[in-house]
Amino acid sequence: MITHLLSAADLDRSTATLVLDTATEMATVAGREVKKLPTLRGRTVVNLFYEDSTRTRTSFEVAAKRLSADVINFSAKGSSVSKGESLKDTALTLQAMGADAVVIRHSASGAPHRLARWVDGSVVNAGDGTHEHPTQALLDAYTMRSRLGTLEGLRVAIVGDVLHSRVARSNVLLLATLGAKVTLVSPPTLLPVGVGAWPCAVSYDLDAVLGDVDVVMMLRVQRERMNDSYFPSAREYARRYGLDVARAARLPEHAIVMHPGPMNRGMEIAPEVADSARATIVEQVANGVSVRMAVLYLLLGGKS
Amino acid sequence: MSSFVLTGARILGAAKTDIVITDGVVAEVAPGASAPGATRIDADGLVALPGLVDLHTHLREPGREDAETVESGSRAAALGGYTAVCAMANTDPVADTAGVVEQVYRLGRDAGLAHVQPIGAVTVGLAGERLAELGAMADSAAAVRIFSDDGHCVSDPRLMRRALEYVKAFDGVIAQHAEEPRLTAGAQMHEGEWSARLGLTGWPAVAEEAIIARDVLLAEHVGARLHICHVSTAGSVEILRWAKARGIRVTAEVTPHHLLLTDALAESYDPVFKVNPPLRTDADVAALRAALADGVVDVVATDHAPHTVEDKECEWPYARPGMLGLQTALPVVLHTMLDPALLDGGGEPGPARLDWDGVAERMSRRPARIAGLAGHGRDPAPGVPANLTLVDPAARVTVDGGEIASRSRNTPYAGRTLPGRVVATFLAGAPTVLDGKAQR
Amino acid sequence: MTAPPAGLPEGRPDHDAANRLKSTEAADPGNHRPILTGSDLARITARIAHQILEKTRGATDTVLLGIPTRGVPLAARLADRIAAFEGVQVPVGTLDVTLYRDDLRLQRTRAVGPTDLPPGGIDGKRVILADDVLFSGRTVRAALDALNDLGRPSQVQLAVLVDRGHRQLPIRADYVGKNLPTSLAESVRVLLREVDGADAVLLAGPSEDTAPAAGGERR
Repeated sequence: MITHLLSAADLDRSTATLVLDTATEMATVAGREVKKLPTLRGRTVVNLFYEDSTRTRTSFEVAAKRLSADVINFSAKGSSVSKGESLKDTALTLQAMGADAVVIRHSASGAPHRLARWVDGSVVNAGDGTHEHPTQALLDAYTMRSRLGTLEGLRVAIVGDVLHSRVARSNVLLLATLGAKVTLVSPPTLLPVGVGAWPCAVSYDLDAVLGDVDVVMMLRVQRERMNDSYFPSAREYARRYGLDVARAARLPEHAIVMHPGPMNRGMEIAPEVADSARATIVEQVANGVSVRMAVLYLLLGGKS
Repeated sequence: MSSFVLTGARILGAAKTDIVITDGVVAEVAPGASAPGATRIDADGLVALPGLVDLHTHLREPGREDAETVESGSRAAALGGYTAVCAMANTDPVADTAGVVEQVYRLGRDAGLAHVQPIGAVTVGLAGERLAELGAMADSAAAVRIFSDDGHCVSDPRLMRRALEYVKAFDGVIAQHAEEPRLTAGAQMHEGEWSARLGLTGWPAVAEEAIIARDVLLAEHVGARLHICHVSTAGSVEILRWAKARGIRVTAEVTPHHLLLTDALAESYDPVFKVNPPLRTDADVAALRAALADGVVDVVATDHAPHTVEDKECEWPYARPGMLGLQTALPVVLHTMLDPALLDGGGEPGPARLDWDGVAERMSRRPARIAGLAGHGRDPAPGVPANLTLVDPAARVTVDGGEIASRSRNTPYAGRTLPGRVVATFLAGAPTVLDGKAQR
Repeated sequence: MTAPPAGLPEGRPDHDAANRLKSTEAADPGNHRPILTGSDLARITARIAHQILEKTRGATDTVLLGIPTRGVPLAARLADRIAAFEGVQVPVGTLDVTLYRDDLRLQRTRAVGPTDLPPGGIDGKRVILADDVLFSGRTVRAALDALNDLGRPSQVQLAVLVDRGHRQLPIRADYVGKNLPTSLAESVRVLLREVDGADAVLLAGPSEDTAPAAGGERR
């Protein structure tokens, strides 16, 4: 039924809901003594990681192994990838190895789209450049739904470096599909030209948005952006766009605080807020495995 | 030298007539005209145009002969109806000395498929730091008149001013690649809705427009000629319109791909659509067509930019920018610009329209004048050097990457069906193309 | 999910994916011949409930697990009857076997249903699996595998409304509502009020319109 997961835009509402519902069932496996299902026995999942991301790679690896798939980790270190082999040649190699699915993380936007043209198996985008990270958006939506019951009409603020964020792009698309109302909050320099066409609202003022949200998602802001004049200093950024204790206190009581990780504590989020009961940061990691199990099952669980 | 009679040709789409070519020049144009021993060529219903002239070609030799050579590139040119191409300076070594431009010039002459007119670099090594020996290149056997750092912008305003001034001494012209580099660091595609969605760093229109605005003012200030390469935005058109109305001596070119393709094609992440300046929006395409029709943009130039498979079959950000253009330029212009009535209804509907004379003006006569190529860009008439091309306006050709004469395959038009087919091309009275096939 | 770019047909989002996944066999009765009526089913359910009470000595330490789709209401009905006859509350749960099936690759991806074990779990309990039709035995095999991963019952039994024969595995039911000899070309459909709006068992002869809808299971 589904061939690849390259962009959150590829998921219509019923398919996205199906992924979340499937993830709910997959989550029960984590609570069992035997955390393993025979479902993908004999299938091969390749983790092709051109960027270091132990967190995401491990999440996909655990997900695939819980479904009994064979997992091959093809990382940039210690493989032909670092010897300058082209993506196309690597794709042909994986093809010859009989990969049923390739999970790819790449610093170049669109690399998964290219790969999908060169392999027969399913391609899962595990983060491409500044483009998208659809499984992160799925796990975020899953986390919101588990905490708050529904996504329909949910008011979500996504705060920070939207311009360079693949998490923001995928979340805006997926949350809009699922009926949530997204507001991007960012200094104007960190919003893309053309953001007006996105299915969301935009604000430059965090304080104006905070009192009226169910979810606030803080994006990682790299200090290097400071040197490129996106903002004057880390201190000024934290003062205007950081979620500190005072701001968190103004959130509605039920509101949750999310972060895709890794966090810059003290920059975009205060340590006290990150460790508070409304923060879902650890849950997001656990939910990542369930959602990725669901994605792998839905991609590989049927007739190919 | 041999003689030819082209029977039934329609010069610039006019009534059928016969053209006699003898000793490299057009000897006679009249129905029933002939010459003893002349080879007869059936040109019945074909449109005769002055041989096309390209102001902007990358032939890659010396340095990247795996992508293109002077010979393969000029073969592609001949098949596209061109009799003269201006070879850009960004070779390796850079064409920034009399030695390199003369080498390219001689390679072109030896290939014998088109007149290859070298363009000289403005600055040493295209580095944008100090002027290359512009006078030496002008005085060389290649007689360089156009200077360009194409691929790079002459972004230093003081250096640009000096270059504009200096080439006045030998009636040279600076062809500017208008791109403010501080606004396009890491840029991958047009900055707009598509770049935002695709997560590719944007190349803002203002980076082009700001340089054009600056340079027309500089040209006015020092009373120099300026040529703008590959104009790609509606805003640039407005600046050029203003500058021309003011009497500034500026000319401008548009590429075929900017007349037809848009940034939406980047959605595939297929780098065959990656080019610099990038493909723009529908509104820009419409403005460029209108500007070409009304003359604000003077000429069509291909920016033919061959790249090897390895440089294109990769991730978008790693791919080199550029597209093939020589063999598809005329069909794209006919498709986008020619009045459909002249093409049996085969073009795109739209307000901006040219007739065959307009096509000849923008693809042959005017570029020849800008480049100072006296023997080119002249309509077939007695006594004129026989540089001409015959086009079948009724033909429709589906572009096949495998049938391209270029050494590279990076055409963005593969699979598209376009009107018009170049049947024959004559260079100085000798056929370089007959029956759609290169003669050497 | 998708998408070879440039709008290739296979890149289009699959709008009907979830619906198709969730669909069961077409409701159109076609040329189906009724085998059992609603009142037959009520009597059969009552009989099985009695048999369970008898065979399990009062249904103590027993858990009923329904296999979706129609095994779930069947388990609930059996528990209801047992409660009515003897006042015993048998815990009821749901056991989805999709992820344990051996025929996943033969069909488009199936939707995963919920698995809900009753609060007391299944360790040391007598588990009675409930399903509507016993045919090849492969669903029950998958259910036994699933149970194995969920806990360690003291005993596993099987209750079905219809046994239509044609076993492909050494599996038999402990409680059978009706033995129904069939040919392989025929298909058996059980309708239950909770799912289908009516109670009946239908037998269809060999015909095109008995072909199962995608995601449905030929029984």
